[in-house]
Amino acid sequence: MTLPSSSPMSPPRGENIITQLKQAGVSIIVSVPDIVTSDGLLWPISKDPDFRLIRVCKEDEGVSICAALSYSNTRAVLLMQQTGLMDSLNAIRAIAMDYHQPVCMMVGLQGKAATETVTESASYGVRIIPPILDAMALRHIGIDSDEDTTKISPAIDSAYQSGDALCFLVGQPPVFDGGKT
Amino acid sequence: MIQRDLALTALRPHVNPCDLVVAVYQSCFDWLALCPRDLNYVSTGAMGQASSHALGLALGSPDRQVIVLDGDGSLLMNLGSLVTIGNVQPKRFLHLVFENGVYEVNGAHPIPGAGNVDFAGMAKASGYREAACFSELAAFERALPGLLASEGPVMAVLKIIPGKAYPRDYEYIHSEAARQKFRHALNENPAKDG
Repeated sequence: MTLPSSSPMSPPRGENIITQLKQAGVSIIVSVPDIVTSDGLLWPISKDPDFRLIRVCKEDEGVSICAALSYSNTRAVLLMQQTGLMDSLNAIRAIAMDYHQPVCMMVGLQGKAATETVTESASYGVRIIPPILDAMALRHIGIDSDEDTTKISPAIDSAYQSGDALCFLVGQPPVFDGGKT
Repeated sequence: MIQRDLALTALRPHVNPCDLVVAVYQSCFDWLALCPRDLNYVSTGAMGQASSHALGLALGSPDRQVIVLDGDGSLLMNLGSLVTIGNVQPKRFLHLVFENGVYEVNGAHPIPGAGNVDFAGMAKASGYREAACFSELAAFERALPGLLASEGPVMAVLKIIPGKAYPRDYEYIHSEAARQKFRHALNENPAKDG
């Protein structure tokens, strides 16, 4: 179930994550801001004309929006923090898992140190995430290094082809040239 | 007070073949009995999520009219969606809230603030272009064409009492068949005006 990260040392590049999202045909990003992915991903996405950014008040709204978009073959990603993931578990359980719908999520792991693995994190709120997703049979992929970003586009393609939900766990803040200007 | 099934019966002739109807709980069961059609979206999964599913449908199919048959207890669980919808401004979006003041399918316990919550006021304050409240069927019937013609998002709150009791077919609304029927209809039938 868990796909291990290749290296926890080099931070993922926001540009590469964005390129992967575009390669996968993602046109809509639904988000509640997350401090891990804020500067390196959400701010750049908010300025990128290739994406439509839907800012939601609560993450479970995004689960429903992404699922409903899939009916018209519109690809979307829900970008949030693991706290929002936890708050949305019932919606994910019902809409993504019970209904077998391709809800793709990208989750910043707030509180995870770059030098530690997710499951060995000193943060309780971080280390419980993989076993919870495993219990839900929800596929998750670690994005801890720049090399990991190459997994994004094929995984999203696969999710939409199979109808399976998917969760990327971003374990280091992505870096982005130019920051949030 | 308006009988719910009479309100839905009044709505029925205004729903065009390409329109998307998102329905929850008893309004859903009543609507399925009164107006079965492939473009009824019934698999909302988690309580309160109808408005968010509807927004996703509106984003994916902006040329289609989206009609939400929501409940007051359901909407209380997702009030933030009013702000999200008000911010996105889907143009063809009619949000009907059936206000009976109780969690009807969960034992008919009163909702918090029953009778005192101003859903139409909250919608207006959240960015809906129009919002109105109806407690008489005739007034709702007169207003319906205008509500559907108005640029959205639009909310209409209906003060309702139960009407005829239609069967609660949970198995169907959660079924893969219901979702496949909707998906097929959405992609096979291009949206047309009128």
